[in-house]
Amino acid sequence: MAKNSKVKKSDSIDWDYSVALESTDHISISQEYKLFIGGKFVKPLSKKYFNSINPSNEKILSKIASAGKADINKAVLAAKSAYDTIWSKMDNAERGKYLYRIARLIQEKSRELAVIESLDGGKPIRESRDIDIPLAAAHFFYYAGWADKLDYAFPGSKVSSIGVAGQIIPWNFPLLMAAWKIAPALATGNTVVLKPAESTPLTALKLAEIIQESDLPPGVVNIITGDGATGELLVNNPNVDKIAFTGSTEVGKMIIKSIANSKKKYSLELGGKAANIICEDASIDQAVEGIINSIFFNQGHVCCAGSRLYVQESVSSQIISKLKNRMDHLILGDPLDKNTDIGAINSNEQLKKINMYLDIGKKEGGDFYQSKHTIPKKGYWCAPTLFTDTSQSHRIVQEEIFGPVLAIQTFRTIDEVIDKANNTPYGLSGGIWTDKGSKIFQVSKKMRAGVIWANTFNKFDPASPFGGYKESGIHREGGLEGLAPYVNFDNRTL
Amino acid sequence: MTKKLHIKKTYKLYIDGKFCRTESGRYMQWISPKDNQTINFCRASRKDFRNAVQVSRSAFNKWNSFSGYNRGQILYRIAEMLDSRKEQFISELILQGKSKKSSKEEVEMSIDRLVYYAGWSDKYQQIFSRVNPVATPYFNFSYPEPTGVVSIISPKDSHLLGFISVIAPAIVGGNTVVVLAPEDNPLCAISFSEVLHSSDVPSGVINILSGLSNELIDHFSSHMDVNAIINCGVDSKDAELIVKNSSLNVKRAFDYSSINWTNPDSQDPYLIMDCQEIKTTWHPIGY
Repeated sequence: MAKNSKVKKSDSIDWDYSVALESTDHISISQEYKLFIGGKFVKPLSKKYFNSINPSNEKILSKIASAGKADINKAVLAAKSAYDTIWSKMDNAERGKYLYRIARLIQEKSRELAVIESLDGGKPIRESRDIDIPLAAAHFFYYAGWADKLDYAFPGSKVSSIGVAGQIIPWNFPLLMAAWKIAPALATGNTVVLKPAESTPLTALKLAEIIQESDLPPGVVNIITGDGATGELLVNNPNVDKIAFTGSTEVGKMIIKSIANSKKKYSLELGGKAANIICEDASIDQAVEGIINSIFFNQGHVCCAGSRLYVQESVSSQIISKLKNRMDHLILGDPLDKNTDIGAINSNEQLKKINMYLDIGKKEGGDFYQSKHTIPKKGYWCAPTLFTDTSQSHRIVQEEIFGPVLAIQTFRTIDEVIDKANNTPYGLSGGIWTDKGSKIFQVSKKMRAGVIWANTFNKFDPASPFGGYKESGIHREGGLEGLAPYVNFDNRTL
Repeated sequence: MTKKLHIKKTYKLYIDGKFCRTESGRYMQWISPKDNQTINFCRASRKDFRNAVQVSRSAFNKWNSFSGYNRGQILYRIAEMLDSRKEQFISELILQGKSKKSSKEEVEMSIDRLVYYAGWSDKYQQIFSRVNPVATPYFNFSYPEPTGVVSIISPKDSHLLGFISVIAPAIVGGNTVVVLAPEDNPLCAISFSEVLHSSDVPSGVINILSGLSNELIDHFSSHMDVNAIINCGVDSKDAELIVKNSSLNVKRAFDYSSINWTNPDSQDPYLIMDCQEIKTTWHPIGY
């Protein structure tokens, strides 16, 4: 097993942790998953399948159906029929009760879901167990309560459901993103065709089983698996009324273009390149811990990751030396080990992309530092990395890497750092660390980003709206704001 | 007494709080259906539009930092100035072929609409802000902030009321705008710049161009420093072009072409919210 054996030991303390593997004997993964359409698992008309693998050891976990055009059509028609005949007519409170049921079932099966999430996506069990799965259940619980209270959500205005929502989610928080998409759509009376990411379909398919178990009327939620081509077919299906997408800005732009000649509504949660600003009056140790969490949480596969670090000049050497020390103490290895801080990179493709950026960063002249770990022989891994002496024009400062790679710059004045922070096409999130309250309010107001973490980072909650300014997306998910992308305002549709 | 010669007015673009001719030197002629008099309007170019966006961007930082109270006073001041020039706008609407009665109604509704949105200036934030009850020990709050620079293609058939009904919610929310006057009837929109000029609206907050929509729509929707585009009525081909272009920098794109601006339902704070972004801030609670 992987151990952080290269870490220097002090005289008396043994810093190595014993391996503490989460057990897998209680989980069930089928050898093959079909498409979930109209409340049943059905064979794909495309007759095509692909494999979902465990990125920490490259072993095949299951064979997954790949939906083609006819399959998508079938799923969308199932959703449309469920919308027309049942779901849009159902009593609002009853609709909410189904969401409560789903929330409870996720809670009941939370350990199984957590283990599968870590197997399929490579994230540490500590994160899937303590963050992804509880938040997914909480999300259903939160929106369940909205179903019969929508009149209070939009004061002075009447709203209605839209119809069939086509939803496409990414691989970084597979079940959580499914919850973010499905819960508000159902609470507002829409039906859903959801496409999970190609590399992480398993927990969404387990969710399909939960949905079956909840007796949700057939067709209200359909889950179809496949790659980007499947997603594209879903976006362009004429019976889809609304698109909700989380993923790259590049694909988000393609989606807007491809539905420009339709009346489809869309909400997008796209890329980011968040600035995390450390002022000299910040609590230094807390800030260092916050930096670790901002960029190495989920191997940096986080759209709101604090991938650009701005440290005030007077404290930069202190911060960077503490940061390197903390990085060296992170535990990289088996995602199922409860000690693990850094799991596997989600896919080979993503690892190649990260490595490409490491090369670019070195060529651009940044000062490269990578913590030393024993990298497992199998699987896809990237040790926590930082670049100091970077500049605004560097590609590793401008472009989203989606990996455990931090680009560090220093600053002298607050005005200077605000300009630098905002000098990006993105605007998803940002961080500010200082012990001075007035500075928090000023900096957080001036940062053009949708979520600001002050003296913290990467915190999420179903009641808290999430989403970006500028090229980081359109609309919010979570909170009361998360209802708006799933309703029509009656006075606008006349 | 000899009859004095009527002084004809020169109509210009309104950019950065200045009345200026188009850099292109081009014009477009408008003939009144009422008395066949001709007026030459500037036919704005892409360069004029880009200049307008540039000044809009610098004005945004200032306008955005004004208090809601202050923005409300300025909107109310616009209403006052429009009221004092009521007769001018009634006669301009008549020149465009409207009846006296409906012209008067339109001007009065336009004044009311400005007063309506002036009143929202320090209230929509309260309606649409919240403290979110997160389950962990953090103080978490969300509030709206303006999206930025907004380009607007004016309504075709509501030359004063529609024009004002689209601008007012955008600016009361702290955005700055570049507006294309209604191509077929730009008179009221261009004259409205005289109202703005005497209303304490900081320069660059509202910029008004007259020109041909088929020349300008592409630029209005593709400019990379414009954050949102509101289309109030173009044909379906242009509507598609606008959305396609909006993808370039993920502009927020809105289609208001189905809104009837004389309807009382056509004013609401949700139009302000279209050009707002929700910002959420987290802070730990503890000692």
